Amino acid sequence: MNASVITAGHDVAGHHEHHDDGSKTLLGFWIYLMSDCLIFSGLFATFAVMAHSYAGGPTGKEIFDLKYVLGETMLLLVSSFTFGMAMLNMHAGRRGKVLAWLVVTFLFGAAFVGMEIHEFVHLIHEGAGPDRSAFLSAYFTLVGTHGLHVTCGLIWIVVMLDMVRRHGLDGIVKRRLSCLSLFWHFLDVIWICVFTFVYLHGVL
Amino acid sequence: MFGKLSLSSIPFDQPIVMITLLAVAIGGAALLGGITYFRKWGYLWNEWFTTVDHKKIGVMYVILALVMLLRGFADAIMMRGQQALAAGGAQGYLPPHHFDQIFSAHGTIMIFFMAMPFIVGLMNLVVPLQIGARDVAYPFLNSLSFWLTASGVVLIMLSLFVGEFSTTGWLAYPPLSELQFSPGVGVDYYIWALQLSGLGTTLSGINFIVTILRMRTPGMTLMKMPVFSWTALVTNVLIVAAFPILTVTLALLGADRYLGMHFFTNGLGGNAMMYVNLIWVWGHPEVYILVLPCFGVFSEIISTFSGKPLFGYKSMVWATVAIGGLSFLVWLHHFFTMGSGADVNAFFGIATMVISIPTGVKVFNWLFTMYRGRVRFTVPVLWTIGFMVTFVIGGMTGVLLAVPGADFVLHNSLFLIAHFHNMIIGGVVFGCLAALNFWFPKATGFKLEERWGKWSFWCWLVGFYVAFVPLYLLGFMGATRRMQHYDNAAWQPYFVVAFIGAVIILAGIGFTVLQIAVSIRNRDSNRDLTGDPWGGRTLEWSTSSPAPFYNFAVLPEVSELDQFWADKEHKRAWPRHAHYADVHMPRNTGVGVVMGGFATLLGFGLIWHIWWLAILGLAGMVGSFVVRSYDRDVDYYVPGAEVEKIERERLVPLHKLIDQVGAAPAEQKVA
Amino acid sequence: MSHAHEQAAHGGKHGSLSSYMVGFGLSLVLTLLSFGCVMTGMVPHHLVVPGLMVFCVAQVLVQLGFFLHMGIAPEQRENLMVMACALIFIAIVVIGSLWVLHNMNAYMMPGMAHG
Repeated sequence: MNASVITAGHDVAGHHEHHDDGSKTLLGFWIYLMSDCLIFSGLFATFAVMAHSYAGGPTGKEIFDLKYVLGETMLLLVSSFTFGMAMLNMHAGRRGKVLAWLVVTFLFGAAFVGMEIHEFVHLIHEGAGPDRSAFLSAYFTLVGTHGLHVTCGLIWIVVMLDMVRRHGLDGIVKRRLSCLSLFWHFLDVIWICVFTFVYLHGVL
Repeated sequence: MFGKLSLSSIPFDQPIVMITLLAVAIGGAALLGGITYFRKWGYLWNEWFTTVDHKKIGVMYVILALVMLLRGFADAIMMRGQQALAAGGAQGYLPPHHFDQIFSAHGTIMIFFMAMPFIVGLMNLVVPLQIGARDVAYPFLNSLSFWLTASGVVLIMLSLFVGEFSTTGWLAYPPLSELQFSPGVGVDYYIWALQLSGLGTTLSGINFIVTILRMRTPGMTLMKMPVFSWTALVTNVLIVAAFPILTVTLALLGADRYLGMHFFTNGLGGNAMMYVNLIWVWGHPEVYILVLPCFGVFSEIISTFSGKPLFGYKSMVWATVAIGGLSFLVWLHHFFTMGSGADVNAFFGIATMVISIPTGVKVFNWLFTMYRGRVRFTVPVLWTIGFMVTFVIGGMTGVLLAVPGADFVLHNSLFLIAHFHNMIIGGVVFGCLAALNFWFPKATGFKLEERWGKWSFWCWLVGFYVAFVPLYLLGFMGATRRMQHYDNAAWQPYFVVAFIGAVIILAGIGFTVLQIAVSIRNRDSNRDLTGDPWGGRTLEWSTSSPAPFYNFAVLPEVSELDQFWADKEHKRAWPRHAHYADVHMPRNTGVGVVMGGFATLLGFGLIWHIWWLAILGLAGMVGSFVVRSYDRDVDYYVPGAEVEKIERERLVPLHKLIDQVGAAPAEQKVA
Repeated sequence: MSHAHEQAAHGGKHGSLSSYMVGFGLSLVLTLLSFGCVMTGMVPHHLVVPGLMVFCVAQVLVQLGFFLHMGIAPEQRENLMVMACALIFIAIVVIGSLWVLHNMNAYMMPGMAHG
């Protein structure tokens, strides 16, 4: 992600200078993920505060289709697993398999985003759009922000596919794939909280 | 095609704005013409705009902050002028709509575009040098952060001439800031300027945490790290924790305004108090983000100029950490009047008062550092002493406001305004100006003139009290903030005194500008040849002034807190090495400035609903980032021979100088 | 860093096929349990919410352990510290906001809290 960080080519100076085995980048990326986590915590807090502000509009129980959400969850969960397979192959240095698993991950992720868009469009058509009530505003924003993150992840996967194809699995590509892997699994963790607190809790 | 933008968006009917526009246009044209005439564009682009050198980025931040100080202060003195006039039936010279924009712009600019860039600039300038690193962890990201901040500045300056600025105060409380009550572009300018610069600040925060955690020189454990770097670490943790909340809050307000949502609207279940709650979850840590590094500045200054180690280093570090932690537990004291129960109010009131304990620890540490020291009353020390007195007074009024019952009476009164200016001017502005005087030679290679610095200090100090003591009194009399005019003629004399105070502060700012100008003119007589103009204690003073682009030819080994001082005592400072290794450095890149440009387009497009421009800006930002990620030629090695040449040029005359004047510390004798 | 040490660190850091399989299986089971809790109606009413919380926390831990490879190894201490910090801040933001806003609703708009 941060192209500016320098990998040690030949570390002449001997000291610990720019000797980056990727751990510095990964620490920075981890801190970024935690700050992203705080973005989600703000959205979750808002959702929790507005969870019953229906303003006479539909409630969670009326609009959430749990079977559909279970489908979405499965797609994301499987994509997490397939990304794990890509990472295992990366560490084993198998470039072709990395590409294949990344494509599979992309397809599952894209299917997830597709399902989410379909759900949103459906709700808006039903008159349960984000402008209907504070509850729906909070719902669309929280779930939509997660979806936006997944979309960014998809774009990133495409870029990485091209990079693996061009440069092979060198240090820089490996470091970036490791960051993307953290990002992708992190989105899964956020989704666990989304389906628990938004959907499952919402229909109770 | 151009969304809401048309020729009528330019306020031709407002003479004050138009005259300013004219002046800015002439000044800007002169500046651009001058750069072209002297053929400096290449130099600016190659040496500054595309730089990834933390020292140069730091200098650019500080220049940006000083320029915005002038803009923010212009707003301030206009407000004081208006309120000195508009008593009884008088309306003053600023119509309400214009006055509202001015107080909103003043607060927004001073916090986001003056104080923040100054603090981030100082951290850039000093932290890597202090911890013995050659650069920050992510040099390109650092450049990007700066240009994102700059794009925020561009947007907010544009709002002066194209359209309008927000009229909703510096925190844009809804429902006033909702589309229903603020249909213009003012709030949108506010939202997007803050989002862009906030993104830059968050990235800076991540950058500096990793830099401080991972790039300290060998031997420098966390408890041997200079206090300024410690305060920088805590501040950056607060940045990374708090700024995402600001991003969320503004995004939700934006969702209300752009997508018709109902987070903070009056109708359909919206809850405006949720906005107030969220923005202060960010806002209270923010004031500590600003003031903690200033505490670090004062600590460095007071121990340097007392010629003693800092008293109670460990307690200073723990007090910093404690303040950082507590700053996250007090946000409700900004809205006690919301009407929570006694339990909530008591919790936040007591938590607020508790903060005064670690702060008191710090004040006593500074006092004990000076005690029996040989204090040299230089300009930085004057600022520090002025700070201690002012900040303690402000702290006491703060503890008073922390009592919910008292706050019910004083909320939103001028007493509150006087209190927080007491903290922010006394703490942050004095700290920034102290730091400017202290580290200026390290950034430029020459010292600032003492004489004009002292004039500036006394004008600021006296002006501050003349301007704000009347506001405390007015607050007790019931005067509230943000009044375009008022009926009670008995208040007018106090407002007139406050205006005089603002004029004295204006003189202080003038003397600062004069000080910088005179110092640049007389730079040859103020050169800092040793790199250690004050008898410094920490590693940044062991380098030359200005520091070489690689900072340290050989990374220094550290075994104690005031390493450089100890080295001088033991006559092992400025070592000459037989062999210099190649130095690994990042290459300059224009991607940061290009992305900043696209970010400005994105913000402008969103503000004016010019959707194609917004899409272009976003695509440009993402695109240039991706393109940058393909660039593999991002670093290079400085050959050891070149390093040796640069070091020899400095060290040979330096050692001759030391041999002539005798024992270390040489710098005092040289001076 | 010695070679052996590096190997050990890598084994723990990157996981293996079996650890991914275990993690995936556990996640699957926990997800189904969560949904089952609500969808089947077989769980006693007062146990549904606590159940959801337990499954949620368990699955987050599973994912952190098996997919994000978080552990208590010394070289991951920094990451753990960062995460602990973030958790404290998250708790403050979420619990604090709920407490403050609930309190206000209770005192200022009795009966309107659900409007």
